[in-house]
Amino acid sequence: MSRAAALSRTWQPAALGVGTVVGAIVLTEVLIRAGLINRFIVPLPSEILAAFPRIVTEENVLSRFLLTVSEALSASVLVAIFGVAGGVLLHRFVLLRQATETWVAAIAAAPLVLIYPLYLVIFGRNATTIVMMGFTAGIAPTMLKTLEGLSGTRRVLINVGKSFNLTPAQQFWKILFPAALPTIFVGLRLGLIFALINIVGVEFLINFGGLGQLINELSERYDLAGTYAAIFFVVLVSVCIFVLTERLERWLRPGG
Amino acid sequence: MAEAGRLIAAGAPPRRALVRPVMLLRVVIIVAVLVLWQLLAVSGLLYRDVVPSLPAIAAALYRTLSDPGFYLHLATTGYEIVVALLIGGVSGVVVGILLGASRLLSRAYESLLYYLGPTPKIIFFPVMIMWFGVGAGSKIAMGAVSCFFPIALNVAAGMRQIDPVLIRVGRSFRANSWQMVTKIYLPAMRYPVMNGLRIGLGVALIGTLLAETKLSNRGIGFLVIQAYSLFNMPQMYSLLIVLFVLSIGANALIGRFGGNRKGN
Repeated sequence: MSRAAALSRTWQPAALGVGTVVGAIVLTEVLIRAGLINRFIVPLPSEILAAFPRIVTEENVLSRFLLTVSEALSASVLVAIFGVAGGVLLHRFVLLRQATETWVAAIAAAPLVLIYPLYLVIFGRNATTIVMMGFTAGIAPTMLKTLEGLSGTRRVLINVGKSFNLTPAQQFWKILFPAALPTIFVGLRLGLIFALINIVGVEFLINFGGLGQLINELSERYDLAGTYAAIFFVVLVSVCIFVLTERLERWLRPGG
Repeated sequence: MAEAGRLIAAGAPPRRALVRPVMLLRVVIIVAVLVLWQLLAVSGLLYRDVVPSLPAIAAALYRTLSDPGFYLHLATTGYEIVVALLIGGVSGVVVGILLGASRLLSRAYESLLYYLGPTPKIIFFPVMIMWFGVGAGSKIAMGAVSCFFPIALNVAAGMRQIDPVLIRVGRSFRANSWQMVTKIYLPAMRYPVMNGLRIGLGVALIGTLLAETKLSNRGIGFLVIQAYSLFNMPQMYSLLIVLFVLSIGANALIGRFGGNRKGN
């Protein structure tokens, strides 16, 4: 196959994807201007675009973004400390693992975000509630992935450690942990994503904090274009964080 | 979210020799947690009623379950989730089949779904209210949007894993598109579809209930936020217990219906 043909095959789907999105935006603009879609329900895409600079300057998007990111990072640090430690604990004590692994898996799949009213009572309507919600959402998947990574260490590596008469601590730090690191990072990435989803969600629900609160405030003011622009901004931020962590994960993966 | 479903299956099978000590340890952990809870409740270390006593929670649970009004709220939430799962599930399966069947469509659109999937869906709620009103419609829409992504992505991945021999058999019998979907694709994708539905159910539940806590006058989410507003902590705990038991039960039911994919 020629290089031009290969390039064309690579670009065609991307062009189709981008073209569809652009086409949908243009079609929406035309339909709203023609009066076929109520502009009091769906604002003009051009108005949404024009609202971006306004929400950036007037609504302090940067400081809100930094607040949400700092909350997500705080939750992620807690998730990393307690999630990885929990996974190591379950790996170290087989009986504990047998007894509680299904519980941890059930917690990972449970709709934990619904306990936010309980956290509001315990911690109050402040950043602690938001960080703790992120932590609660992220800990179980991180524990399970850490356990999976440690359990998946190749037998030959463990035997090499044994043949060198490594102490249990050396065996962990020299063999098990480095071998499990890529899987642990998958867990941390999951934990961060779960934490971020829950943090933005709770910010929106309790009308407190960063980007989630911005959407709530704009919608309560019935600033349609601003609400849509803020939603697009949050989607953009979460996609960027998702892509960034995905790249990091690939980089950490053996041969990545 | 898709990972959460996979995580459940990650557990190693329990060893027979450990069954008795495992059960014993489980009982010890449960008893220890309950005793600690009760001690915390009576110690006065936390604000009064933040950690209600176990009898108070049990009494609230009894009151909740014996109240006919609770079942009306449960029916409302159940109806919203089922309709959301139907809309999001059917559209997810259709989109997943289209993406899985066409390399071009997959490369053009799947990355959009893949990257939009993990965004916090609750932020779309103001838009849903404007489009579908403050009633059940906006909650159903929230649930449908939430479950669409994992189902579509799971079905698309499942389509690509179908044994090519099965597809060739279908074509050699000159099956039309509908017959290919109903006789070859869907039966061969049973496990990914059920896994997608299981994950979809979880996120539809979250989307619907969160929407109810934000703006509603019926449903379990409304009851939870009402208990918070009235500072009726025992009732809040009882509702959360019921909610978690129901969601884990529904998850297990779909998992059982789909079967465990062992050896495949």
